Amino acid sequence: MSAPFNSLDTAASRRHFLKVSAAAGGGLLLGFALPRAHAAGQAGSTAASFAPDAFIRIDRTGKVTLIMCQVEMGQGIYTAISQILADELDVDFRHVVVEAAPPDDALYTNPALGFQVTGGSTSIRIFWMPMRKAGASARAMLVEAAAATWRVDAGSCRTANSEVIHDPSGRRLPYGALVDRAARSTPPKNPTLKARKDFRLIGTPAKRLDSPDKVNGRAMFGIDAMPAGLKFATLRSSPVFGGKVTHVDQAGARDVPGVRQVIVLDDLVAVVGDHMWAAKKGLDAIQIDWDEGQNAAVSSEQIFNEISAASARDGVVAKSVGDIGKALGSNKIEASYHVPFLAHAPMEPMNCTVHVRPDACEIWVGNQVITRTQAIAAKLTGLPLGKVIVHNHLIGGGFGRRLEVDMIAKAVRIAQKVDGPVKIVWTREEDIQQAMYRPIYFDRFAAMLTDGKITAWRHRIVGSSILARFAPPAFVNGLDSDAVDGAVDFPYDVPNIHIDYVRQEPPAVPTCFWRGVGPTHNIFVIESFVDELAHRAGKDPVRFRLDQLHAAARLRACLELAASKAGWDQPLPTRVGRGVAVQSVFGSHLATIAEAEVDRNGEVKVRRVVCAVDCGIAVNPDTIAAQIEGGLIFGLTAALHSQITIAKGRVQQSNFNDYRMMRINEAPSIEVHLIPSEEAPGGIGEPGTVAAAPALANALFAATGVRLRQLPVDRAVLAGKRPA
Amino acid sequence: MINLRINGQVHSVEATDDTPLLWVLRDLLGLTGTKFGCGIAQCGACTVHVDGNAVRSCLLAIGSIQGRAITTIEAIGETPEGSKIQQAWLDLEVVQCGYCQSGQVMAAAALLKSTPHPDDADIDAAMAGNICRCGTYVRIRAAIKQAAGAS
Repeated sequence: MSAPFNSLDTAASRRHFLKVSAAAGGGLLLGFALPRAHAAGQAGSTAASFAPDAFIRIDRTGKVTLIMCQVEMGQGIYTAISQILADELDVDFRHVVVEAAPPDDALYTNPALGFQVTGGSTSIRIFWMPMRKAGASARAMLVEAAAATWRVDAGSCRTANSEVIHDPSGRRLPYGALVDRAARSTPPKNPTLKARKDFRLIGTPAKRLDSPDKVNGRAMFGIDAMPAGLKFATLRSSPVFGGKVTHVDQAGARDVPGVRQVIVLDDLVAVVGDHMWAAKKGLDAIQIDWDEGQNAAVSSEQIFNEISAASARDGVVAKSVGDIGKALGSNKIEASYHVPFLAHAPMEPMNCTVHVRPDACEIWVGNQVITRTQAIAAKLTGLPLGKVIVHNHLIGGGFGRRLEVDMIAKAVRIAQKVDGPVKIVWTREEDIQQAMYRPIYFDRFAAMLTDGKITAWRHRIVGSSILARFAPPAFVNGLDSDAVDGAVDFPYDVPNIHIDYVRQEPPAVPTCFWRGVGPTHNIFVIESFVDELAHRAGKDPVRFRLDQLHAAARLRACLELAASKAGWDQPLPTRVGRGVAVQSVFGSHLATIAEAEVDRNGEVKVRRVVCAVDCGIAVNPDTIAAQIEGGLIFGLTAALHSQITIAKGRVQQSNFNDYRMMRINEAPSIEVHLIPSEEAPGGIGEPGTVAAAPALANALFAATGVRLRQLPVDRAVLAGKRPA
Repeated sequence: MINLRINGQVHSVEATDDTPLLWVLRDLLGLTGTKFGCGIAQCGACTVHVDGNAVRSCLLAIGSIQGRAITTIEAIGETPEGSKIQQAWLDLEVVQCGYCQSGQVMAAAALLKSTPHPDDADIDAAMAGNICRCGTYVRIRAAIKQAAGAS
């Protein structure tokens, strides 16, 4: 049973197929194609498994351009991939130019997911070896070209800093002078990769390539696109999910200076103006009547009642070991947990700039699924795929939201009514209320303790299947492998395990991936319930875990390190507690210890978080630390503050005043300790987020004795004013 | 026509008095370094300086700031505080997605100007209005201290 983002098929990444061609304008263009691990339902993708990818371009001046098959949304992937390519290629990392790949599933497929997509903390895990081989192949071809030029043995040449050097004769040639000859040669079948001891960039805290432009305002996000002749628009969709426009009184908009056009579609109204303010004022001046449709009465209470009722059904078995029926006695320990809908609220609100012409459609956006962006635009405009040009940009926060194309579809539909390019920007209110959401989940547990150890573990997961919509072929026999990701990999030595999944789609509310995907919810509930069992057993929570992690050596080592660094055994003042959580997800192992204080009103101050990480080979240890730091803040924000609630079919939250974010004054100190490793690289964009809630909730239990079985943290419950 | 003095240059803009500075900068003048985040002065992504003070441009009507000295992220590096903050941001690798960082840099530069050696409470007070969804707060705090120490 493999979880989609957890146990990747690395066989795909071990093989590669090289092709080489003369780059347009002269130079060496090196590419390779990856076989597809599985076809995960991408319309428009080609069957051409061996068409060339292109990742390295060197021109005759020696300029090295690295083409980024994965999008940069803060996780540092442009830098990490460039480190890998530049190290094997032996070029000066500081002088490479990076370029976003165009949409092309044949060239840039992420083999873990079956199309061109950045997500699931897969990038380094999947592209680590192919990028090394691409760099090494290009280097070998340049060496071959130099050796042929000098009529010497290639083995007597070496490379450094974009030059091939022949020490015996003291000759050297820059890569730029070799590209034409190299372009005519055949790539080696098995290029020699550098030995670990020869890495110059891999494993170093190399400076991020994108930072300089991000501190001086020059970085271009999708929302910053400014094609000539641009107009600006904003939109309002039905406040009730699925509602339709019945009548629009546009009179008010006509008096607003700068308003150019009002566009009425069946499910939304948009106003186009000379700038965003004109568009927004114009939209505010319009009276819209809606047919609220069948979802007009949907509420959070109804959704919760439905999901908790669904938890009584037997689910699809995700994992079964031993004999759970026999092992669970009448004195079993039971608990149920649930987590809310969450919005992503990236700082860059949804936006998309589109120019629809009779013969082509041009799109400027930052998106994690650029070929789906292209495909939806082609479908809506009726244009062939090749006539949809997508300019992908830096992403001002993705977190899963930009794995979707609902915003692209709305923008294209609006742009079809506009003469010339138009930038459609969502207000923050629209961004939060017309989104797609991390699903609510409901979990039921039953376990047995025997002699202070877990001897039986039953876990039922109930919730929406995102995969069934996002990648239908990956939804097999009613089992959503993402929904159970992190649960089926239960790391403890337990002889009887039974895990099942009940699909329960919430009415009205569209669901999608959210940072940490399945494990964000699963590790919270699992590590919370394991903590409950530790206390039932009368054992220290760290000791209790260590005693049952004999089959998980890397995770054990993380836990021992985290406990030591956090001073787990050191006394704390009253109403301050430490909580621990462990996880092995996305190919990385983490132990996290949070220290939190609770005042008499139930207000929480997270004082400190210590995280020990074994993510295999660390390509850029500083980026890894940054991702853990930021991931923890992202997860703590959700645990402390976030939930999307529904009333009368509407999202009740609207902006940062009522969908609250953690701010700097609330942020704890964070220590990240990396464990040196020779194992294959693990994913790192999401594990920090996964770790936050369980470590915090367990710390709050230690501080107060109150067990929180739902999120976000309820202050009244913590203060003892309301039962848990 | 409203005249605005932005980064040392006077710009005449065609917009009504109530238009927030943010949209004039971004949509009419093409100064896209200043970001839109919330529109209600809750996130700080749109922070600029008016006469050296950090203000949220998403609610700042241009009719109220004619003739005042407006500085944006595009020019803050020309000030001693802005330059020190940018360098500290690079030295400590504060940035992740980077979308909020224009506003963070502007808020931090204004803090350093008014309080050359801020303590944690000063940093909390000056920076709590700026949300970073990537959660770079730990490094923002460290970078401000480093920039202050570099004076």
